[in-house]
Amino acid sequence: MRALAWMKRNLFNGVWNTLLTLVTAYLLYAVGRAILVWAFTEARWQVIPANFRLFMVGPFPPEAIWRVWVALAIFLALVGFTAGVVVRRRYLGTAAAVAGVLYLLAFPVLLPSSRLGLLAAAFAGGLAWLLAGSIAPRLARRLLAPVWFLGTLAAIQVLSGVPSQRWGGLLLTVIATFFAVVLAFPLGLLLALGRTSKMPVISLLSTLYIELVRGVPLVTVLFLAWIMVPLFVPEDFRVPQLVRGIAGFVLFAAAYLAEYVRGGLQGVSRGQWEAAWALGLSGFQTVVFIILPQALRAVIPALIGQVIAIFKDTSLFVIIGIMDLLSMAQVVLSNPKFLGLEREVYLFVMFVYFLGAASLSFLSRRLEAAMGLGKR
Amino acid sequence: MEPIVKMENVNKWFGSLHVLKDINLEVAPGEVLVIIGPSGSGKSTLIRTINRLEPIQEGRIVVDGVELNEDLRNVEAIRREVGMVFQQFNLFPHMTILDNVTLAPTKVRGLSKEEAERKAMELLERVGIADQAEKYPAQLSGGQQQRAAIVRALAMEPKIMLFDEPTSALDPEMIGEVLDVMRELARSGMTMLVVTHEMGFARDVADRVIVMDEGRIIEEGPPEEIFSNPKEERTKNFLHRILHH
Ligand SMILES: Nc1ncnc2c1ncn2[C@@H]1O[C@H](COP(=O)(O)OP(=O)(O)OP(=O)(O)O)[C@@H](O)[C@H]1O
Ligand SMILES: [Mg+2]
Repeated sequence: MRALAWMKRNLFNGVWNTLLTLVTAYLLYAVGRAILVWAFTEARWQVIPANFRLFMVGPFPPEAIWRVWVALAIFLALVGFTAGVVVRRRYLGTAAAVAGVLYLLAFPVLLPSSRLGLLAAAFAGGLAWLLAGSIAPRLARRLLAPVWFLGTLAAIQVLSGVPSQRWGGLLLTVIATFFAVVLAFPLGLLLALGRTSKMPVISLLSTLYIELVRGVPLVTVLFLAWIMVPLFVPEDFRVPQLVRGIAGFVLFAAAYLAEYVRGGLQGVSRGQWEAAWALGLSGFQTVVFIILPQALRAVIPALIGQVIAIFKDTSLFVIIGIMDLLSMAQVVLSNPKFLGLEREVYLFVMFVYFLGAASLSFLSRRLEAAMGLGKR
Repeated sequence: MEPIVKMENVNKWFGSLHVLKDINLEVAPGEVLVIIGPSGSGKSTLIRTINRLEPIQEGRIVVDGVELNEDLRNVEAIRREVGMVFQQFNLFPHMTILDNVTLAPTKVRGLSKEEAERKAMELLERVGIADQAEKYPAQLSGGQQQRAAIVRALAMEPKIMLFDEPTSALDPEMIGEVLDVMRELARSGMTMLVVTHEMGFARDVADRVIVMDEGRIIEEGPPEEIFSNPKEERTKNFLHRILHH
């Protein structure tokens, strides 16, 4: 009854709205039906399981695949440890449920060894979570930064047993996003502080850089970085393609991050600076303990939006010959066996991108809610 | 006794606006000085020069035997000895009350976390908000926030406390609880410079009242004299306005 009343109020109030509702409903039905019929009768989904490895890790040599599992285990352990320190328990149920569903979905297409590898990595994550919960919160918090630093180094060390030219697929997309974000973030912070600085030269240079980068398309920055980076290192040292690609993203994303952070900085009232100074805090301490935390909190949605943008934009790697997830689609489609399966392949790739972006966006909303507590 | 704050021929401009004119002022240790005067007369600016939130262009300011100058380390050293309470509280909204209070003692004075927290809880107890320690500022009433802000300043064990209209942003029913804390502080022998329109408080607690107008100190004396028998016409007008609004 209540549903009927709601529909009457919102969908069928007046001639025009009723008409609009009917037309929309028909369109949804027609399109949805066509897609579903296609997906369940015509579509040849076998192309996905047949190339699943390619989509996930690209040309990574199968006999060295354990390196991916170890790296993933380290990464999940880091995530688990962090979750144990900062996230409240009730969100962990949601996270575990989502992970479980994905695992079940992927189960049929995974090799037995991969099923084990994934489980082992998840196990490492769970262990780290328990560990974080069992040591003193203050100590755990203090350990976060060094643990991430060492863990990341270790993971990269393990993966480096295979040259980066042979990394690909989702693995490469995730690695590129991770490093682009981690490196762009401090650069963006510095640029934001530089632009708001009272020293004219620093402020001018930062402003110039930010406006320049924001004024050109990402593709051009990517190409430029790709061409320029080798000029800055000794001639006989070959910079891996991946590093050149990531450099472009860092240079580009830093300019945008800087502007978000600057917005946040301007939102912090003058009274906060004065209260900190009046207590005897130095300028540096004031920025680190009082101003930046508030500025960053205010712009978390924008910052995570930028992370999502980087994640999706790594698909531009296609044009500089790095084998990310999207270029794997092209590789698969160029195989004569899978001719004409564009719809299946691109829909699948879209789905993977969507999953990644949606979970980041979910994370963003949770973070906002968790931090909203400290807001005025 | 040596004055703990000494201002000699202090002049300050904001651009071309002359906001402090030939200020000469000495404050004795333990003295409670109340500063009154019409809006825009320079009261806030005056007390903000003492911890150098506002730099001056002419004159000398000596705080606790140290002359204020450009040197940042000198300024930070003075600020450690001078606490300040603002009209808008200016608590740090992203930290709990306890973290607000322990931040400066741990980061600036180098106290251990445990020691700082023990002292913070003592002070919070003293002003009656120990039960609010784990809350965030936004979860407290205005009166509680201002008491927390006073504790935050006191936790640095300052020798001088500056108050800039500490009760002006409060609902009337909360003014009393903050003034009580300030009364108690005055009794404990703290040197205080207080900008306020609370004439009852000034009458009870002040050792001396100074009246400012257009950047000058136009009159000063014990509260009973200033309130019942002002010499300056401008003081009379000002008192008339705030007592009969
Ligand atoms: N940062 C600033 N820049 C320019 N002018 C300022 C600044 N701060 C204060 N002034 C001006 O200096 C004069 C003195 O201001 P001040 O805030 O010291 O007055 P006040 O006596 O505290 O007034 P109120 O009772 O309104 O707080 C005013 O004319 C004010 O407009
Ligand atoms: Mg004022």
